[in-house]
Amino acid sequence: MPGLIGLLIPLEWTACAAEESHSEGFAPGVASFCARPLFPELGEQFSWLNNVLAQAVIGTILVIAFWLWVSSRQKVVPGKRQFFGELAYNFIRNGIARDMLGHDYRKFLPYLVALFSFILVNNLFGQFFVFMFPTFSKIGYAWALAALTFLLYNGVGIYKHGFLKYLKNNTIPAGVPAWIYPLIVPLEFLSNFVIRPITLGLRLFANLFGGHLVILVFVVGGTLLLTTTEELAGKPIWLLQTAGGFSLVFSFALFALELFVSVMQAYIFTVLTAQYVATALADEH
Amino acid sequence: MIPLEGGIDLGPLLPEHLSELIAGFVLFVIIFVVVWKFVVPRFEETYAERTAEIAGGIEKAEAAQAEAAAALAEYKAQLAEARAEGAKIREDAKAQGAAAAAEIREAAAADAERLVANARAQIQAERAAVVAALRGEIGGLATQLAGRIVGESLDDDERARRTVDLFLTELEAQPAEKA
Repeated sequence: MPGLIGLLIPLEWTACAAEESHSEGFAPGVASFCARPLFPELGEQFSWLNNVLAQAVIGTILVIAFWLWVSSRQKVVPGKRQFFGELAYNFIRNGIARDMLGHDYRKFLPYLVALFSFILVNNLFGQFFVFMFPTFSKIGYAWALAALTFLLYNGVGIYKHGFLKYLKNNTIPAGVPAWIYPLIVPLEFLSNFVIRPITLGLRLFANLFGGHLVILVFVVGGTLLLTTTEELAGKPIWLLQTAGGFSLVFSFALFALELFVSVMQAYIFTVLTAQYVATALADEH
Repeated sequence: MIPLEGGIDLGPLLPEHLSELIAGFVLFVIIFVVVWKFVVPRFEETYAERTAEIAGGIEKAEAAQAEAAAALAEYKAQLAEARAEGAKIREDAKAQGAAAAAEIREAAAADAERLVANARAQIQAERAAVVAALRGEIGGLATQLAGRIVGESLDDDERARRTVDLFLTELEAQPAEKA
């Protein structure tokens, strides 16, 4: 595997970096999402040791530490720490898992708890100091989770129904006349086995990517305008600076919106995962 | 970015590094295992304990309620018993009182009777004494009277007493016949 990474990464890295060098100044764009290697002196072979990986690892440590902290030394009558932990835990347990999965929810609870907390913490990295970058705006991370969910719901479906019955459940809706099968079967197959994992990953990625890009535009662009010293496209300096000030003030509203989106996307990803598992387990599609 | 073979640049839709996929996968699996092995069991254990405790509490409360109900029933039974006993005692007392009253009345009646009998006997005796005394006196008076009327001394006492006795017997018989 390291060999493979070594083969692939230099290509990718140079591609991204080259694009970055094309962009003028530090104007926000796709290149703003290029990862920065932690140890550039080690060469491109180690460029995968970058800031995104570092924050993903830190996020993982934070999530694990949080859960271990709130779940340690539990008492029947909870203290503040445990109460807070139960609040978070119950949100996923009762609010998502039990609602979507019914009596089977207990088996999938660890997956959903891990999923929600991992996504939430990494999304919030986009709004908090030190990182200021949402991990899932690097699509690889989103694909990894989408792939895991894909494996999970298909796995439990096949485990419960057997491969053929599962395939039938998910391609032939109950009560559809046979003559419409040629139309419905490919559609259902596409929807359940292709569209679902792709949209799952894309939704998470695109929301954070877009949100972060908008924030970059407002903050970086606002700063540029505010500190401008020459006229731009015939506009006077004071107008540019006012516009820059407004855009910086407005960026606060965007941060608030992104905060909401971060939580929302973590929630949606978890709910959809639960939903897909529930559908896979259902006897009739 | 890597262009696809057809020449479409997927841009940020393709992972910049393969490491992203692997990192996402590995890190998530680590979290999942920790949550699976430690966090969820701990929470669920606590919840189960809590449920058991609450259920136990309800049972305990039910037991206490049953106990209270039993005690209440017992007290009621005792109260009824006490009431019945009281009523019985009252009844008994009433009966006893009545008996005592009757006894006293009887005793009083007996006393009264005895007193009456005594009085009667005394009266009888006194009457007899008076009658005896009167008889002698009246005899003397009558004799004296007769002697005075006849004017002669009646020497023959025997004859005179017989005459008087006869006279007195007649006299005595007269009011009895009248009554």
